[in-house]
Amino acid sequence: MINIKNLLKGNIRQYGMIIALLFIVTMFQMLTGGILLVPQNVTNLIQQNSYILILSMGMMICIVAGAFDLSVGSIAAFVGSVAAVLSINWQINIGISIIASLVVGILIGIIQGYFIAYVKVPAFIVTLSGMLVFRGLTQVILAGRTLAPFPKSFKLFSTGFMPDYFNGNGIHLTTILVGVVVALLIILLQAFKRRKKSGLGISIPSMYVFILQSVTIFTIINLFTFWLARYKGLPMVLVLLFAMYIFYDFVTTRTVIGRHIYAMGGNEKAARLSGVRTNWVLFLAFVNMGFLSAVAGFIFAGRLDAATPKAGTGFELDAIAACYIGGASSSGGIGTILGVIIGGLVMGVLNNGMSIMGINVDWQLAIKGTVLLIAVVFDVYSKSKSQKG
Amino acid sequence: MSAKILLSMKNITKTFPGVKALDDVSFDVVEGEIHAICGENGAGKSTLMNVLSGVYPHQSYAGTIHYDGAECRFRNIRDSEKCNIVIIHQELALIPYLSVAENVFLGNEIVESGMIDWDTTHMRAGNLLKRVGLMRKPSDLVRDLSVGEQQLVEIAKALSKKVNLLILDEPTAALNERESENLLNLLLHLKQEGITCVLISHKLKEVEYAADRITILRDGAVIETLDKEKNGIAQDRIIKGMVGRDIVDIFPARNCQIGELFFEIKDWNVFDPQIEDRQTIHNISLHVKKGEVIGLAGLMGAGRTELAMSIFGRSYGKKITGIVYKNGKKIDVSTVPKAINNKIAYVTEDRKGSGLILSDTIQNNITLADLWHLSHHGILDEDVEHIAATDKRKLLGIKCSSVFQKAVNLSGGNQQKVVLGKWIQISPDVLILDEPTRGIDVGAKFEIYSIINRLASEGKSIILISSEMPELIGMSDRIYVVNQGRIVGEFNKGNVSQEDIMRCIMDSTRRSKDDKY
Repeated sequence: MINIKNLLKGNIRQYGMIIALLFIVTMFQMLTGGILLVPQNVTNLIQQNSYILILSMGMMICIVAGAFDLSVGSIAAFVGSVAAVLSINWQINIGISIIASLVVGILIGIIQGYFIAYVKVPAFIVTLSGMLVFRGLTQVILAGRTLAPFPKSFKLFSTGFMPDYFNGNGIHLTTILVGVVVALLIILLQAFKRRKKSGLGISIPSMYVFILQSVTIFTIINLFTFWLARYKGLPMVLVLLFAMYIFYDFVTTRTVIGRHIYAMGGNEKAARLSGVRTNWVLFLAFVNMGFLSAVAGFIFAGRLDAATPKAGTGFELDAIAACYIGGASSSGGIGTILGVIIGGLVMGVLNNGMSIMGINVDWQLAIKGTVLLIAVVFDVYSKSKSQKG
Repeated sequence: MSAKILLSMKNITKTFPGVKALDDVSFDVVEGEIHAICGENGAGKSTLMNVLSGVYPHQSYAGTIHYDGAECRFRNIRDSEKCNIVIIHQELALIPYLSVAENVFLGNEIVESGMIDWDTTHMRAGNLLKRVGLMRKPSDLVRDLSVGEQQLVEIAKALSKKVNLLILDEPTAALNERESENLLNLLLHLKQEGITCVLISHKLKEVEYAADRITILRDGAVIETLDKEKNGIAQDRIIKGMVGRDIVDIFPARNCQIGELFFEIKDWNVFDPQIEDRQTIHNISLHVKKGEVIGLAGLMGAGRTELAMSIFGRSYGKKITGIVYKNGKKIDVSTVPKAINNKIAYVTEDRKGSGLILSDTIQNNITLADLWHLSHHGILDEDVEHIAATDKRKLLGIKCSSVFQKAVNLSGGNQQKVVLGKWIQISPDVLILDEPTRGIDVGAKFEIYSIINRLASEGKSIILISSEMPELIGMSDRIYVVNQGRIVGEFNKGNVSQEDIMRCIMDSTRRSKDDKY
């Protein structure tokens, strides 16, 4: 039987990050006089940070594989401008424009991945040149101007909300319903896993722990959806984010390819000698990054309702910072999707909180940089301590 | 010889976790002599020299060092260099993209009011090169020099520092006959100039040629010191001294039936991955029967690991030719996944560097090579995986708190068991074990031997590579001797001694050198 103490011990890093996030949230909640957690601002926070979170998931995979990608911001801008030209200038069907722009992202990923994994040019150099090339091409395509506005349906996933099928008197009932259903599904899934494990004779947490876990999960999810329901309900981008989180968490923890990524980042030689096709895995990581850059570009363009030459500047650094704050290791092989989401939220809350407080943008940068350094110092310190002990 | 004693090391004992590398070693070097130190791989030669030169600082070992009449307590290499002791390691420490002159004076630059005086640097470098007989310009880049020439640059570098005692660790390991001869003649020449030299080598011919006295080390202890003038230097006596230990390790008995011919390699040729015209494996053919353990004996650098890795998915080398048969059928082992699919496993000699994902859990390490079988369409079944890992843990007796413990925190023996577990997990037919007991304690060694025996009794074919000859002789049904990329001898269990193997290696080295020149 596994008791609570062991459970906590095994996941101390994850819990540490959640505690850090809660601390920052509480701090800004007080500093902003309660504005931070107003339903409207929570919705804002999600929409503002959605594209960074999407990029961070892909970046985490690259970092775990032992590389990183500097070109994501430029690719996002480039894809946004391609989508703008297709749907605004050429009046092409929205669905086709979106698919075409996502394909452009994947193609860019294929090209960069090919150079990194097969030609063996360091990722730093390939993506640095990608960063310059696609920033340049964005300006070429847009001829230096801003293209706007997008057709309404283009913006569904960036600024849209889930429609309400009930009349709840200012409360978005569909959102509440979704919260209940999702929470129940998660608990049900956990119960199934438990039964299978105990059937195979694998030790499982006690019933008491399980019930405590379930109640916590149910409460948190429903509190969150209830909060959102008080404003306009579930933002569509949150639905997208949740689906992506589930998908990438599954890929990284439960699939062969996911395990291969970790193995490769942890020790490339050992992975290769264990039958991991390391080049192929690295290639896929960058193709995926290209795809996610495109998704982020499409969401960002929709939220801005414009394609601009300067879109996505600095996204790569925010995404990389989110990964390191979220516990990914700069030497590769370590990192979780949940951690990166939390890391991204830490950055997001910092940004949003400081903006509400009216702190000068220049100071914001300095503070964000300091937080990144503190997070990594803490990580290095705790690692060296755990290795001694 | 009546000269004074320049260096005297007394009762040196140095232990590493689990191993006693040096056990009460004492020896003297007389001023102006060439003193050779001979011994098998792992006899403690390099450790002794690292103690002397301060690589292992004072207090990390027991015993005393007296040099030039005074006791020395070196904390690092700088301290020993201050006493004019210079060590040249097997792996050369030159910077390839700097010039010869820059390398010679690296860390010891000739400075004129804060700036490097290039004219003097080049002039003095030129003189030093003449002194060591290197026909190169001081401005040539080190990367354009052959290994032999680089060795001479190292010596020039040592001479630039006013050296009294020069220590060379296997200086001729990578040199051809002519370069070796030049180097030895240079040492004899330097001796005339009054430089004392300690030469570590297992090439007995060279030792015979150059050395005045020879100290033989075995298992971290001095066996004897021979004086050329007094006793003469007989190769047989040196060989006996180097290997003549009783087999103190106990090998568990194996009683299993050796079946029919199962795994075979024919006409295997491999070229060096960097230097394309250098052939590292020459026409090797060997075979293993079911339930048989064959040993590959040889010195370090004989090509055994290269052979094994080139067979296992071409993980080493270029332009590989040859055929691999399993069960009478030709099989494709051109990539690691294909080799694994053909149920061939290679347990690496470098367990931390290329065996384990140290940052990952024991479970993930054990299942890594077999993930496709523990999953459905690429989706893992974590429960099946967990059961597989705990099975291996029980089977191999891996001592850990749970299989979710990280591999980095395990002891050497347990890490080795994890690597073995990974390969047992794929249920292999052929297991290539490369130095499976290196750096692990005696108890764990015995367990590993038992595991090897169990695998053999299950009918698996096992190829064992080991530098420890008692281990090879104790564990193998048949031994192939490998030297310079060729198989130079084959022995059956029961009629082979360590002297036989050593002589076989020495003879073939001599023959091939005679062939060349």
